[in-house]
Amino acid sequence: MIRHLAGKVGGALVSLLFVVALGFLLFRVIPGDPVVAMTRGRPVTGDQLAELRARLGVDKPLTEQFADYLAAAVRGDFGTSYVYSRPVLELIGERLWPTVLLTGTSTVLAVVIGLWLGIRGAWRRGSRSDRISTGLALAQWAMPTFWLGMLLSLATGDLFPSGGMRYPDTPSDFVSQAVDVAHHMVLPCLTMIAVVYAQYLLVMRSSLLEEMHADYLTTARAKGLRDDLVRRRHAVPNALLPTVTLVFLHLGLVVSGAITVETVFSWPGLGLLTYEALTGPDLPLLQGTFVVLAGAVIAMNVVADLLYRVLDPRVRAS
Amino acid sequence: MGIRRFGAVTAAMALVVLLAPTPAPAQQAVTLRVAITQQVDSLNPFLSIFQAGTEVGRLMYDYLTAYDVKDQRPVEGLADRWESSPDRLTWTFHVPEGKKWSDGQPITARDAAFTYNLMMRDEVAATANGSFTATFESVTATDDRTLVIRTKQPQATMLALDVPIVPEHVWSEVTDIGEYRNDQTPVVGSGPFVLTEYRANEFIRFKANKDYWRGAPEYDELTFTYYKTSDAAVQALGKGEVDLVNRMGPAQFDSLEDKEGITRNQAQGRRFNELVINSGAATNAGQPIGDGHPALKDVVVRRAIAKSLDLDAIIERVNGGYAQRGTGPIPPVFGDYHLKPEPAHPYDPAAANADLDRAGYARGADGIRVSPEGRRMELRLLGHASRAYDEQTGEFVKRSLADLGIAVDVQIVSDNQLNESSTAGTFDLVFSGWGTNPDPDFILSLHTCGQRPNADGKGGTTDTFFCDPEYDALYARQRAEFDPAKRRELVLEMQQRFYDQVPAVVLGYDNALEAYRSDKFASFPVQPDPGGVIMAQNGVWGYYGATPVATAGSDTGSNTGLVLGVVGGALVVLVGGVWLMGRRRGLRAEDRE
Repeated sequence: MIRHLAGKVGGALVSLLFVVALGFLLFRVIPGDPVVAMTRGRPVTGDQLAELRARLGVDKPLTEQFADYLAAAVRGDFGTSYVYSRPVLELIGERLWPTVLLTGTSTVLAVVIGLWLGIRGAWRRGSRSDRISTGLALAQWAMPTFWLGMLLSLATGDLFPSGGMRYPDTPSDFVSQAVDVAHHMVLPCLTMIAVVYAQYLLVMRSSLLEEMHADYLTTARAKGLRDDLVRRRHAVPNALLPTVTLVFLHLGLVVSGAITVETVFSWPGLGLLTYEALTGPDLPLLQGTFVVLAGAVIAMNVVADLLYRVLDPRVRAS
Repeated sequence: MGIRRFGAVTAAMALVVLLAPTPAPAQQAVTLRVAITQQVDSLNPFLSIFQAGTEVGRLMYDYLTAYDVKDQRPVEGLADRWESSPDRLTWTFHVPEGKKWSDGQPITARDAAFTYNLMMRDEVAATANGSFTATFESVTATDDRTLVIRTKQPQATMLALDVPIVPEHVWSEVTDIGEYRNDQTPVVGSGPFVLTEYRANEFIRFKANKDYWRGAPEYDELTFTYYKTSDAAVQALGKGEVDLVNRMGPAQFDSLEDKEGITRNQAQGRRFNELVINSGAATNAGQPIGDGHPALKDVVVRRAIAKSLDLDAIIERVNGGYAQRGTGPIPPVFGDYHLKPEPAHPYDPAAANADLDRAGYARGADGIRVSPEGRRMELRLLGHASRAYDEQTGEFVKRSLADLGIAVDVQIVSDNQLNESSTAGTFDLVFSGWGTNPDPDFILSLHTCGQRPNADGKGGTTDTFFCDPEYDALYARQRAEFDPAKRRELVLEMQQRFYDQVPAVVLGYDNALEAYRSDKFASFPVQPDPGGVIMAQNGVWGYYGATPVATAGSDTGSNTGLVLGVVGGALVVLVGGVWLMGRRRGLRAEDRE
């Protein structure tokens, strides 16, 4: 077990190192000069541009920049953002919580709704309610996120704020702030749920369908158990495994999955930060967000792997 | 059982939180709430280079001189009078007694001397505004009231020094300007507003500076709320979440036409759009670079292109009518310097065709012309993927030039890609655009030989690769000319030369489209007056002089929304809770079997 664990974590660390290196190389391929982009439309002299280049370190040869970047990254330093003149990790730390709050809430809700509808659909497969709910979920899954967000925003009229996470003039006590944030979170949350719950529904539905004709279910029924109990105690636990994997794989994407929703609703999270960094291009910030986002996926993969062993005795045995 | 109780408790807690009444503010303070769609890059005025950041700097810190709200002439800032020596190398500014920093300390000439010297001494402090102090020889405060600036050469922009003056008693303790964030609220400043709270990419709050030397603003608070898209900002205005919005598109502006409680402001803008023609890209040493079509070096071809474009039709169809026809780089909002070309090239496709025929550009079998050197007249046109304007105008240009016998391949690419191609000279035609300042020096300098890049593609910010000895000579003369009327002549002459040589066709000057809640604010000063903007002025008159509606106080718009939203949320939770309990009860019955 320990050896297995060490192997997984070791593998993850190697992947992370690869990601760190890739983070540098990937964004050097983006065309354009960040210094020119930053100063566009402002009175700047050639000396100022040169000074700015020297300060940002973009006047050095690429190999030297890469060495500097690696040495700093290993120490946990991802440099200073070009645009904000602040340490990258500090900016990411500031934006991480709004994203976790938004995507965490909507993922939990989407999982609950998706699984519940998936179980119901599979149990009564082919019924009208199954066809409607699956069709609806697929239709929403197919919709562009930003478009759905804008539609929701228009359709709800004055009920919810147009964007942001809170109003500037909300009193600073905890309850008022919490209510204000909850109020701002309704639309982005709804949008995210509407788009993603379909995948949980479909996976849950199909894996439950696979179990439907298993002999152990016949046995359970023969014992005289009610249909509901057969479903809850026997069928669902066995069908849950692929869904758990999916949930954890998706949790890794939680941090990055919100780019479009955050942009539409001006939610001050990591997704929006990444989007802004890309338009610069604000290279240190891009590298930092890339490593954090990819790191989250790697970490959640490891967790899913380990959890799978806990949940399924068959994996442990093999 | 456990799960059921947990569910019920959670539902109850959610209900309590959602239904808790929002405590009413202690007293009804009047707040001007502004939507911004560009982030604030830094609160440190030495580092901030984004327009939104610069505007925040202007609210907090006065400059040495200001621009008049009516006609943008230099007026009193921190200094109330000034004179220059006969050789124009020494400028003396007088900082009057009685002006105070927001912490009560007096503002003196020493603060200004400290600020300029910091920028001359510390390269990092010159990041944002270094161009203004680049020719300074020395800056000294001979006493608390007198500031003396010596320049290495005469500089015409001495009354347009856009440098926020910071308090020496705060900033002399800053050891590393590059690291200093300037977010210790309240931030000590000299402007009409004092920054009291900053949440990066969420909002910024200011309170009115009641001791401001021009007089206190007529309301209590000013907030900037950040919206990533202008659609969201316009929606927020409609819902009453914000009071003032700018940077709207024509469709958004039209959608607000008959909205009750909203007044629109169609202002003359400071931006122009242009179609740059690669008339021979080269480095500042004259080494040709890039792969522009050689026929574009021929001024006849460039003029023919200019004549074949129907600028009025582009403004009507693409700008929705919200723009003015282009001539030179300086827009009509800076009336004195705006070019009315003589002679002009009017829209005349027939004449353009005839000119090309005469110059030996014969049409081939497929209607596409061939240059006298035998090159087919096929051009690439680059546009920004981020701007709908480029795509729509691109189609327009394509059709107009097709009638001229020139084939155009419109390529809409990312901004970064476009910047790289235009810096490297690997284009034939490219869309570009600039914002301009009251002083024309910078925008004119973009087309001088010296602004072309060096061999590495660095070192300058040329827009067109234009390099014309006559233009450069005029540029040098206007820079040293201190007589306003004579300088104006030179500036117009330069633009006429630019217009005749056509390194770029100035297509039009976008109107600045703004709107505000007139049910909350009765009026805003515009600059220039009339026809000017409220936001993004040369100054902060629009915010400073905003007049609230007399009976401001019943602020129901967003509260109604909040109440309804909370009730809606509560309903969802309630229904969910009831459903959960019902379900649990059902299951319990089964469990008993």
